[in-house]
Amino acid sequence: MALAACSREYPQSALHPTADFGDQIDVLFRTIFWWAVGVFVIVEAALLFVLFRYRDRPGAADPKRVHGHTLLEVAWTLAPAVVLVFIAVPTIRTIFRTEAAPPADALTVEVIGHQWWWEFRYPDLGLVTANEMHVPQGRAVVLSMTSEDVIHSFWAPKLGGKRDVLPGRTTRIVFTPDSIGEVYGQCAEFCGESHANMRFRVMVDAPEVFALWADRQLQPAVPVDSLDEPLRQGAQVYLTKGCLACHAITGVSAGVLGPNLTHVGSRTTIASGILPNTPEGLTRWLRNPVGEKPGSLMPQIPLTDDEMALLVAYLQSLN
Amino acid sequence: MATSVAHQAPGGPAALGSRIWSWVTTTDHKRIGILYGVTAFAFFLLGGLEALIIRLQLASSGNTVVSAEAYSQLFTMHGTTMVFLAIMPLSAAFFNFIIPLQIGARDVAFPRLNAFSYWVFLLGGLFLNASFLAGAAPNAGWFGYANLTSTQYSPGLNIDFWVLGLQVLGVASIAAGINFIVTIINLRAPGMTLMRMPVFTWMSLVTQFIIVTAFPVITVALVFLMFDRFFGTTFYSVAAGGDVLLWQHLFWLFGHPEVYILILPAMGIISDVIPTFSRKPLFGYAVVVYSGLLIGILGWGVWAHHMFQVGLGPIADSVFSATTMLIAIPTGVKIFNWIATMWGGKIKFTTSMLFAVGFIAMFIIGGLSGVMHASPPADLQQTDTYFVVAHFHYVLFGGAMLGIFAGIYFWWPKVTGRLLSERIGKLHFWLTIIGANLSFFPMHFIGLLGMPRRIYTYDPALGLDTMNLVATIGAFTMGLGALVFVVNVVWSRKRGTPAGNDPWGGATLEWAISSPPPVYNFSVIPEVRSRLPMWAEDGMTPVPETPPSPVHVPAGSYWPALAATGIIVMAIGAILKTLLITLGGVAVLVVSIYAWSFEPFEV
Repeated sequence: MALAACSREYPQSALHPTADFGDQIDVLFRTIFWWAVGVFVIVEAALLFVLFRYRDRPGAADPKRVHGHTLLEVAWTLAPAVVLVFIAVPTIRTIFRTEAAPPADALTVEVIGHQWWWEFRYPDLGLVTANEMHVPQGRAVVLSMTSEDVIHSFWAPKLGGKRDVLPGRTTRIVFTPDSIGEVYGQCAEFCGESHANMRFRVMVDAPEVFALWADRQLQPAVPVDSLDEPLRQGAQVYLTKGCLACHAITGVSAGVLGPNLTHVGSRTTIASGILPNTPEGLTRWLRNPVGEKPGSLMPQIPLTDDEMALLVAYLQSLN
Repeated sequence: MATSVAHQAPGGPAALGSRIWSWVTTTDHKRIGILYGVTAFAFFLLGGLEALIIRLQLASSGNTVVSAEAYSQLFTMHGTTMVFLAIMPLSAAFFNFIIPLQIGARDVAFPRLNAFSYWVFLLGGLFLNASFLAGAAPNAGWFGYANLTSTQYSPGLNIDFWVLGLQVLGVASIAAGINFIVTIINLRAPGMTLMRMPVFTWMSLVTQFIIVTAFPVITVALVFLMFDRFFGTTFYSVAAGGDVLLWQHLFWLFGHPEVYILILPAMGIISDVIPTFSRKPLFGYAVVVYSGLLIGILGWGVWAHHMFQVGLGPIADSVFSATTMLIAIPTGVKIFNWIATMWGGKIKFTTSMLFAVGFIAMFIIGGLSGVMHASPPADLQQTDTYFVVAHFHYVLFGGAMLGIFAGIYFWWPKVTGRLLSERIGKLHFWLTIIGANLSFFPMHFIGLLGMPRRIYTYDPALGLDTMNLVATIGAFTMGLGALVFVVNVVWSRKRGTPAGNDPWGGATLEWAISSPPPVYNFSVIPEVRSRLPMWAEDGMTPVPETPPSPVHVPAGSYWPALAATGIIVMAIGAILKTLLITLGGVAVLVVSIYAWSFEPFEV
């Protein structure tokens, strides 16, 4: 109970794991941590004792000129070695366990890093989304990761450790989430000006909720001509103001430079986790992308207030 | 160009111009040591200022003290400055001033090369910081990972300043490294066997070997990067089949030994300070020396522990984990030996001793978090977060910098002839140690609770505002401590108690001569008969106050400073993309080295 409260307070904490990968690291870390506490207490106490006991006091005799003591020195060479064995053995066991091959029925998600957003592809399901990954509870997930530009690092601490996302290489993370809920994550390898703004969410859903989500993500967007007013006018803004050059909306546009927007309305945040996906948040983002995310490739497109309201309403309807 | 002097040149109000000229042309290791110390401390204050702006920005989650781009420049320059322009040259100040005195030499082996090293360091540091004036300070982090540093992703001058500046600084370090190796091996006084050398000199020797072997590695990495940026090669270009991990392997193959370049001299300093103020010889001298050697050697086999998160595979992860954990053993041995040295002693809590004890207390914490990083799975939650920021600040500030402060308080009277104030010094110490722990300790939690490093802003939902504010308060407390130290320096110059030869009752040779030492150091080179010549009965032959016969002292040379200028002109030409200026720099360098080679110069 206290742990749950804690984890809500710290949504990006490595100390409150909600997947097997995170659990295994947590168990190992706690083992090392308590050994460290033990060593810390003993050595710092010895230091303090010596400082107090042998402080210069008036009338104290000159100390004996001791040069060393072989047995003692051998002892305190061996003692840390023994402690290290107790750390090294579980370490190596955990390395092999956490880097083991994934089970055959694992769900593969391709993670592609971009300056500064995340593309998530589900090759088995044929769907593409951005910045908000959905995964089913209780099923192994394999992240197969690469970068389109510079080095990024995928880190959702509650699920497990980080792994770099490298251009020209494919790296992997395997985890099985054990509790339903929202997990925070963000890029952990400095990747340029807006490194701080390259955040993401992982939504761990109940299996049936996940299936529902996947089904809806596979639906194409409503063709523009079939839309009711004023959404149709919003779509016209999207089509005429240049958005379509970089963004894809299945059945509407096929841009590839920016995130796929087919179901952007279903996400909880916008601009890779830095603003809430509300009309206000979206408006703020569209008004000044480079102000919200310095260095962002998304240009500031001049829109009247009416056009902005129409575009925001259209994008919010894509869910 | 040799002058005969029987005494120190009589001090008089010489014209300012000639006084400056005498510093520019000096080849006296003591004056070069002072130049190193003053310059490096100025860079330390600059790096500290950068840290304070960083902490101001992070004091709360929504701060806009600086822009994202300015923040990138600040953390890059903070790291680069503290490593290359503050801690390394502060150590070099001690190498210069103290090593020849500890081994009973009149100067270093190559005095002009020594001056050259300093001028290259100074000009390289100024060059690197001139990037701020161009509005283009380096901005890809102190370890400048490829391919973010490519012209495609960093088109400005920022990385050009960085790649050129670091190469220039490497020249200074390698030249100085060779100089000190030869000095320590060849110029020891009769009877000063290797196993009688003071531990500071020993650790410095190990450090020099690491410098001359590690700096070529980063130079290669930097030359690749420079060629990629200036001449269109593709060492780190993925599209052309290059590998971004090549940079990481080369950088950390240098970068981890570099950590020991930063910490070993400080370990040496406190190995001299602690026995002096405990009135006991160092416990297990040989073991402390050998463990330093072992750290220097093992330091070469651990680099990939900086790369656990790139996915090297379980075998490599296990091997590098094991080698890294091994280093904890010789490090632990040193700590136990320092504590055993104090055991049964008569500990005087001078400011110098307080800083040395502070080193031990802080280094234990940094060492233990280091063991956590050595475990790859645990490291995957810690690296690139504030946890690792906490770790290396405990090691490099709590370790290296506190050790350097211990050395400053210890040898200041030898350098200047006056003591620093103990009262102001203690205030400096307490502000520093409280500030450091207030700032760095919460960073462990900040990291584990999800804050990556190198972010200029963070989500308030992370719940980390309060801890970040505490860290900021701690940083400013440390800043106040640094100011108090400056006050102490000013106070000491005017009112400091005259030190005499040996204010602390030291055991090693430097305490046998006056403070400040005469230009020739030892009127007669003593014969050393003990590891603790000043403590042992008949530990050394006496050094008279005045030399029985005139001592030859070289008069100085301006060629080293000019050669250094040539190198920096080359770099300036490269930044301006003007071949003619670079060739001009080459010409100055070649002429200077030629003239220097044929200049009559006696040591």
